[in-house]
Amino acid sequence: MKFAIQVNEGPYTHEASDTAYLFTRAALEKGHEIFRVFFYHDGVNNGTNLTTPPQDDRNVTNRWSELAAKHNLDLVVCVAAAQRRGIVDEGEMKRNGKSAQNIADGFRISGLGQLIEAGIQADRLVVFGD
Amino acid sequence: MLHIINKSPFERNSLESCLRTASKGSTLLFIEDGVYAALEGSAKADTLRQAMQDYTVCVLEPDLAARGIAAKAMDGIKRVDYAGFVDLVAESERVQSWL
Amino acid sequence: MSEEMMEEGGTIKKFLYVNRKAPYGTVYALESLEVVLIGAAFEQDVSLVFMDDGVFQITKGQDTAGVEMKNFSPTYRALEMYDVEKLFVEKESLDARGLTEDDLLVPVEVMTSEQIRDLMEDQDVILSF
Repeated sequence: MKFAIQVNEGPYTHEASDTAYLFTRAALEKGHEIFRVFFYHDGVNNGTNLTTPPQDDRNVTNRWSELAAKHNLDLVVCVAAAQRRGIVDEGEMKRNGKSAQNIADGFRISGLGQLIEAGIQADRLVVFGD
Repeated sequence: MLHIINKSPFERNSLESCLRTASKGSTLLFIEDGVYAALEGSAKADTLRQAMQDYTVCVLEPDLAARGIAAKAMDGIKRVDYAGFVDLVAESERVQSWL
Repeated sequence: MSEEMMEEGGTIKKFLYVNRKAPYGTVYALESLEVVLIGAAFEQDVSLVFMDDGVFQITKGQDTAGVEMKNFSPTYRALEMYDVEKLFVEKESLDARGLTEDDLLVPVEVMTSEQIRDLMEDQDVILSF
């Protein structure tokens, strides 16, 4: 079965991102397809490569990146939400005259249409948030 | 239909709103702070026991365990792991998260 | 999914946006509205339901000058131009907050919890904010 996942909260403050990750991993282990993981609201903060959590804590961003590399996941960060919160890729850096980029491996920035498309294409959409 | 509740019933009204609008035969799954709804002997226990008449009530076991209440959860609630959560979603035509 | 129809080669699904949060205190209401506006271009069968504190998103008289945020409430009136015309409000949520349909800034259909229940069961995709 084809799943789409929406993540509305950033890492660490709320458990939503953890639950979404553990759900996604379990779905993949069961042989399901993940059409897309869409990060919205503060969920875009999952996609920054500038975090340095303590050694004995989970690294939420790296965990997503590694899962994406292993299963060729499509991790999409909403552009409008990302612009508000300072998640930047090379294109956004140039377009908006920013001094740096910080998008983590395996993530890409795109429009809200990607969420709607995921809703259309997937058999199930599951929303994780606060 | 699957209804996912992630809020403590002692803090938010998600459970009440869900119970107002969930069809009989639906499945309720408590995750994150929602798992506190499963506490035996709490002020919400009767509400949940009532809900078990009309719905299949499930709880995400790792969230129960994390909060130290696995031994205090009411009987009659089905405990699932993340793989079981995936199965519940796959079995349900639609999913509503009561954020 | 039996409700799906094929039209001009594309799939039309029933999308329901469930709005349960008040505006301004958190960003969810505004960013949910942004999804609705973008989503309109996909020509899906869209419905919005306002329940719990979500009913405060569409109450009249919002004035955000003092909090220096954008007052996005007039946008709900513009949804019609995007062919988003199915706006539903749960009666129990209005009653609990001492509100009536007259307090709302956009035409809606007020529904009981039972009707909302049937509406939810009739959807393909539920987006909750």
